[in-house]
Amino acid sequence: MKINTGIGSHVKRRGTVKTELKKNFSLFTMMIPGLIHLILFAYLPMFGVIIAFKKINFAQGILKSPWVGLQNFKFLFNTSDAWIITRNTVLYNLLFITLGLVLHLIVAIGLNEVRNKVISKTCQTMMLMPHFMSMVVISYIAFAFFSNETGFMNHKILPMFGMEPVDWYVNPKPWPYILSIVHFWQNLGYGSIVYLASIAGIDKNLYEAAEIDGANKWNQITNITIPCLKPVIIIMLIMSIGKIFNADFGLFYQVPQNSGALYSTTSTINTYVFNMMKSGSANSMGMSSAAAFYQSIVGFILVVASNAVVHKIDPERAMF
Amino acid sequence: MTARKKGFQIIISSVFIAIAVLCVIPVALVLITSLTDQKSIDNYGYAFFPEKWSFEAYRYIWATAKKTIFNAYGITIFTTVVGTVMGVLIVALYAYPISRNDFKYRNGFAFFSFFTMLFNGGLVSWYMICTRFLHLSNTVWSLILPGVMNSWYVVILKTFFSTTIPASIIESAKIDGASEYRILFRLVMPLSLPGLATIALFFTLKFWNDWYNSLMFITDEHLRNLQFLLQSMLSKIQMLNEADGNTYLAETIEEVPSDSVRMALCMIAAGPILIVYPFFQKYFIQGLTVGAVKG
Repeated sequence: MKINTGIGSHVKRRGTVKTELKKNFSLFTMMIPGLIHLILFAYLPMFGVIIAFKKINFAQGILKSPWVGLQNFKFLFNTSDAWIITRNTVLYNLLFITLGLVLHLIVAIGLNEVRNKVISKTCQTMMLMPHFMSMVVISYIAFAFFSNETGFMNHKILPMFGMEPVDWYVNPKPWPYILSIVHFWQNLGYGSIVYLASIAGIDKNLYEAAEIDGANKWNQITNITIPCLKPVIIIMLIMSIGKIFNADFGLFYQVPQNSGALYSTTSTINTYVFNMMKSGSANSMGMSSAAAFYQSIVGFILVVASNAVVHKIDPERAMF
Repeated sequence: MTARKKGFQIIISSVFIAIAVLCVIPVALVLITSLTDQKSIDNYGYAFFPEKWSFEAYRYIWATAKKTIFNAYGITIFTTVVGTVMGVLIVALYAYPISRNDFKYRNGFAFFSFFTMLFNGGLVSWYMICTRFLHLSNTVWSLILPGVMNSWYVVILKTFFSTTIPASIIESAKIDGASEYRILFRLVMPLSLPGLATIALFFTLKFWNDWYNSLMFITDEHLRNLQFLLQSMLSKIQMLNEADGNTYLAETIEEVPSDSVRMALCMIAAGPILIVYPFFQKYFIQGLTVGAVKG
């Protein structure tokens, strides 16, 4: 909805940058802090990606380090790491997206059916709780479950099934399950918020009419709720596919406590870049910057492509 | 029919109560463990119904690491307050001009901010800029400055401004001779309190729970915030009594109640947020759905 007032008419008047600057000078000055921040913390690093083509010398900085062409990339893609981190990042994200969609929809649709508002609100509050905790706190909770000597799993759950204790923090096999459970536990309430809000916006008359026609709950969900949510679902799906090259650093760094023995199943592009960078040698710094560059470029292509798809389906919802 | 409906309500309510309890129960385990006697933990492991309750862990932390904990709280509170105030101001000052229809370059500036969400230079160059060019390492500003602007919040607040503030109000204020700053601070911002509360809540949560910037920039022990202190204590709980510089205490207390102390530290760091979030949840949900509407 456009509110047309006298203000809008200014737009049509043609003017140079100078006249606009004169007219709205204070509006320009307002944006200065934000602009400075964007330039320093976002745009300068964008130009800094050239570091991936240089031999990093920390003392000399980005500009003075010598060029080495594609050498960093050659090193990176000659290791098995490149494949492992890409595979882990993409597979974890695919699982989080697909299973997440199903779980969040079930929670949203189910919670909406609870008529007692006190119960539904309380449940929502409780389900949101894990989202308000930092990953460090969550890694402590995980530790309470998986610590070797005193952990809840080794001490209580496994003996219940007559199983031997497991050395959780050196055994990479169970970690895909552990990390997925932690992820879904943390995001269950948070992820369903958007769907709950969309369900609340569906016309109640549709359900009344369906009930008169004898449709049961299941029919109403499959024939009214899901079709009405379809646009939101598609948009959310495509958006998350755009971010598929970006792993949740906290989840993969804090929860496995960055244990080297677990890297085969817990290392993602984000944690790899960080660990290689922190290890400090020129070679690993080079591979780190190459991996960061690879992630930025592929990530950018994916976001732009997924937005193009959104634009085709529903131009109103496209980001740009 | 009504009996069936009632049955359905009972079933679905109990299912969701069960799910909600499952979400909260790990936190309960941590809280209970922090209140469990260390001997019980050694013998029976973590338990929901411990053999023996005890405040020993909190007493131990108070006795050995008071200074360190207070210092960490100080850093966290300082960065959270300063960061949130700066963040809300910077975001509001950026969002307001691009919400104005009569501002010719609004789309250009909106895109300038938005583009940073699509493309970034990656961790390595960001880190090099922050440390080599801005010299943020081991300063308290390294915990504040990187997080005081957020393009996503700009989108949310801009949407809020342009949907709740009628252009006619701004126009009449201009006719009355009010400056742009006066209009923003005296008119637009008071009318947008729910939107600003949402942004402030997002910032508060982010700064309170932040460990990432500490991990990047902080090695100085005096600049550890709560989350970072917690992270460095997970593996090295014994360091706790050295943290305050009073190693002699290790002799007076025969054994570190390490598990319960660990979980007590966890509650000390997470407690304040867990207590207050139910009251601010409304704004949180509102911010998320405003964002989703705009996409």
